[in-house]
Amino acid sequence: MQNLDALSSEILSAVDAADTLDALEAIRIDALGKKGRVSLMMRELGGMDPDARKAAGQALNAVKDSIAAAIDARHGVLASAALDAKLAAEAIDVSLPSRPEAEARLHPLSRTIEEVVAIFAEMGFTVAEGPDIESDYYNFTALNIPEEHPARQEHDTFYLPPDAEGRRKVLRTHTSPVQVRTMEAMEPPIRIIVPGRTYRSDHDATHSPMFHQCEGLVIGDGIHMGHLKGCLIDFCRAFFGVDDLPVRFRPSYFPFTEPSAEVDIGCTRDGGGLKIGAGDDWLEILGSGMVNPRVLANCGYDPEKYQGFAFGMGIERIAMLKYGIPDLRTFYDSDLRWMRHYGFLPFDPPSIHAGLAGGSL
Amino acid sequence: MKFTRDWLFDHLDTDRPLAEILDALPMLGLEVESFDDRASLAPFTVAEVISAEQHPNADKLRVCMVNIGGGDPVQVVCGAPNARAGMKGVFAPAGAYVPGIDLVLKAGEIRGEASNGMLCSEREMMISDEHDGIIELDADAPVGASFADVAGLNDPVIEIAITPNRADCLGVRGVARDLAAAGYGTLKPLDTSAHEGSFDSPVTWKLDLDGKDDLCPLITGVAFRGVTNGPSPAWMASRLNAIGQRPISALVDITNYVMFDLGRPLHAYDMAKIEGDALIVRQAAGGEDFAALNEKTYKMEAGMITIGDAHGVDDLAGVMGGERTGVSEATSDMFLEIAIFDPISVATTGRKLNLHSDARYRFERGLDSESPNWAAGHVARLVTSICGGEASVPVTAGAGLDWQRSIFLGFGKVLSLTGMVVPADEQQRILEALGFTVSAAEGGINVAPPAWRGDIDGAADLVEEIARIRGFDHLPMDHLPREDVVAKPSLSPAQARLFRLRRALAGRGLMEAVTFSFLSEDDAVRFGGGADSLKLVNPISADLSVMRPSILPNLLSAAARNQDRGEADAAMFEVGPIFLGDAPEEQRIAATGIRHGVTAPREWHASSRAIDVFDARADAEAALAALGIKLAGVQVRTGGADWFHPGRRGQLVQGRTVLASFGEIHPSVADAYGLRGRVVGFEIHTDDVPMPKSKGPAKSLLSLSVYQPVTRDFAFIVDADVAAGDLLKAVKSGSGPLLNDMKIFDLYEGANIGEGKKSVAITVTLTPTKATLTEEEIEKISAEIVKIAGKNCGATLRG
Repeated sequence: MQNLDALSSEILSAVDAADTLDALEAIRIDALGKKGRVSLMMRELGGMDPDARKAAGQALNAVKDSIAAAIDARHGVLASAALDAKLAAEAIDVSLPSRPEAEARLHPLSRTIEEVVAIFAEMGFTVAEGPDIESDYYNFTALNIPEEHPARQEHDTFYLPPDAEGRRKVLRTHTSPVQVRTMEAMEPPIRIIVPGRTYRSDHDATHSPMFHQCEGLVIGDGIHMGHLKGCLIDFCRAFFGVDDLPVRFRPSYFPFTEPSAEVDIGCTRDGGGLKIGAGDDWLEILGSGMVNPRVLANCGYDPEKYQGFAFGMGIERIAMLKYGIPDLRTFYDSDLRWMRHYGFLPFDPPSIHAGLAGGSL
Repeated sequence: MKFTRDWLFDHLDTDRPLAEILDALPMLGLEVESFDDRASLAPFTVAEVISAEQHPNADKLRVCMVNIGGGDPVQVVCGAPNARAGMKGVFAPAGAYVPGIDLVLKAGEIRGEASNGMLCSEREMMISDEHDGIIELDADAPVGASFADVAGLNDPVIEIAITPNRADCLGVRGVARDLAAAGYGTLKPLDTSAHEGSFDSPVTWKLDLDGKDDLCPLITGVAFRGVTNGPSPAWMASRLNAIGQRPISALVDITNYVMFDLGRPLHAYDMAKIEGDALIVRQAAGGEDFAALNEKTYKMEAGMITIGDAHGVDDLAGVMGGERTGVSEATSDMFLEIAIFDPISVATTGRKLNLHSDARYRFERGLDSESPNWAAGHVARLVTSICGGEASVPVTAGAGLDWQRSIFLGFGKVLSLTGMVVPADEQQRILEALGFTVSAAEGGINVAPPAWRGDIDGAADLVEEIARIRGFDHLPMDHLPREDVVAKPSLSPAQARLFRLRRALAGRGLMEAVTFSFLSEDDAVRFGGGADSLKLVNPISADLSVMRPSILPNLLSAAARNQDRGEADAAMFEVGPIFLGDAPEEQRIAATGIRHGVTAPREWHASSRAIDVFDARADAEAALAALGIKLAGVQVRTGGADWFHPGRRGQLVQGRTVLASFGEIHPSVADAYGLRGRVVGFEIHTDDVPMPKSKGPAKSLLSLSVYQPVTRDFAFIVDADVAAGDLLKAVKSGSGPLLNDMKIFDLYEGANIGEGKKSVAITVTLTPTKATLTEEEIEKISAEIVKIAGKNCGATLRG
């Protein structure tokens, strides 16, 4: 008992000196284990008289507690150091690239069509469809383009062999036949748009033998050319995202509308680049007009009773203008580099509430 | 349609600046395609050659000192044979752009002699093809003056596009009439009075049209004698040059000039070359050879309208005249034709012979029906004033066209069709300014179109005339009335799901492609197409000649192109039409995708692996899910089209309906596209995929089990040819209603389990609904699974 202080200080300094968790554990066992030196001294207390045992017991417990506390403290220090060392050894070069993920994009054409649909949905239009292989009645005759009309010759039509009844088939040269199909199938009021494939036998830098158009047709009570103007101005401004976009209506000619108008939007070409918006120049983007009474009559409507307007625009053209895509032919080339650059992420559909720009993605 | 400013002002009396007129034209429907202010000739000035000495170092060059009208004379080295002292020519200084040689001149030396500019030929200035020498100007040309001013080449050239309905604007006068009606000046009068002929024409018309007199309803001729056919006057030549028409001779130039001036094509015969005393209008028998004025020979087809004499046919009516009877420099007696022919017949003839002419262009769009009557006098005066001689009394054949008609225009029509307010008197003013005749009628006006407006056929056309002259800028901008406060969907569910499908496939890493609807016949045949009814009659190329039966060939071609560009690992899809026949219902929508190469580029995680048939199947399943199909009800069947690998293809079916096919592309097919390595693909005909039954937006109630799920693994040994799908089916039926999920987690073939055998390890998750499963219950289900797997698939548990 007399060397309790010496024992205590010896053990405490050993604890302090312990530099691994294993060494610390060895010290703990040597001091506080079942056969440890402090534990053995505890056993010796049994042979003492009560007073001496009490005094010695208190002293011994105090020593035991201080050693246990010292070991705990040292353990904390050593465990933390060991963890630090382990983590240091586990270091990873996070500058290495992460695992690749396939990232694909939607074609600018489907994006653009969806934008057009979203805007016209807001104005109460539904989407109608028709076949790419058309009869020449729907593609021409019903639209007031008679057989020998110069306009019919200028369409550069692709023809297919005649059917069993000798009726000539064509690849539709515009989406306008769907106007006729729709009017034949239903009564007014009508508000439809028709995005779809169209074909003309042209192939050069600015013409593709296949391209996309979007037709529009509105038939209803009191619909006049002012509504055509309002509808298309509303569309152009929403589509291009330019609130003050100048839109100009110019007299033109289409066999299936009367009066007919070409629609131009304002732009500037300063500095070589083309910018859509208020400026000193105009870009033609679509054709339109009041449905020709002859077309209404061909569809079984009474032209004295019904009137309305129609329009048609090239999807590629408005996509190229909006998104700055320079070359028409690249749309159909499926070049992965082009698709990555000009395509759109699939989880960002255009909508009125979230916006139609899409350009930032 | 090209014309010059001064030409327009011959018909239009106006003080409006040209810039305003250029702005006004498109708003009248006459789109300005180009405008040339002739500034390219600005640097060229009149100069006088003071001296021209032989170049010391070059036989063919001369060293000229040139007086340019200010400062010291300039030295110019010139190669023209006609360069000589005292002549006046056209000088271009250093720094000038010379269009004919596409060069900006620089001061420099030519063979050691300084040269500070150029004396120019007409070709160098692109005003004609003349290049025999430099231009020689009249001796009184003022030195230093602008050459364009001196030569009358300062008249700006305007080119406008004419829509097919506006045949009346295929002459300058028609353009002037529109501008005048719109308030840009006054239309000057044109003298269309008859010219009193001084003799009877020795040639007359004979119509021999088998009763089809409507092919040539009206034809007039005027004979001229004693004319002198030299070069046409400078003003006429210069205008024709300006619009790209090469001046030929006065007689030819007059016919051209009148065509562009009044939209009235003419044809001039050398009367001396006409055999007999009649020109006969008849339909070709077919097979006749015809040597046209363009120095080409055409074989006529039966029915084409021709004009000929006793010798034979020498004119394709309305298209082109013949060489044999054409005028030449020597012509002194001329016969001039002013006709109306059936526009469709002219168009058909021109198209069949692929023969284009400015005359045909006007004939087929429709001429002024009265023009043979009024043009004769005007043209007679023009010819005699330029070429001298005298004109005959006109000779005419044909009953004329029944062109007069009256169209009723209600007072409210303009407002109801356009929304534009145009006062009634203004409507009448506009129509009359355009040449229409207006008379009062009950509730509106009766309007008779003029002879030159064959395009007007109803009240809507009159409204267009009034609206465009009034100006489309006056159209109100009325928003389309809203039918629903909250807009309804514009896409049907069947349309909407295709957009969802695109997103789903792109979300899986497939890039969206849009490819042509037509492809080569080889491609079509290889993929089950190529029927005659789907072959284009007039394809643009053999590669784009047949409607596609499948999108796969286009995607394979696209993958090959990308491979050639160094991008071998392509994953692409397209949703678009395919054509199983030429009827509308045989056009279907296909969703098709391919993957080629590896899943990712080689990289340090080693995550990349070769694509395989399961990638295609996974794409197909994802596509079906996006289309609204519950995959739990979909089964897999092996087999499929023969463009797939015979042992690596399958179909996803629901009942008897094939929803999708997928597989590895047959190596010999992949090879045909030059694709290296494995390609897989899938095809879905979306019209065959049933629409999900609509039960409203509410989802079925979710009931979650509170009891612990139990997982048990089974390793079955089966014959190698047993389909894993069948084994799963057996496990499913053995598991009973508590089955929550099952998965194959290992597949093993090896000698230790026996030749022709495989081990399929399946983990089954059971979810109790009423109470935790006891060991006994689990054993019972396990035994049932093993029993049915054994019975249906010959499976035994691996020991």
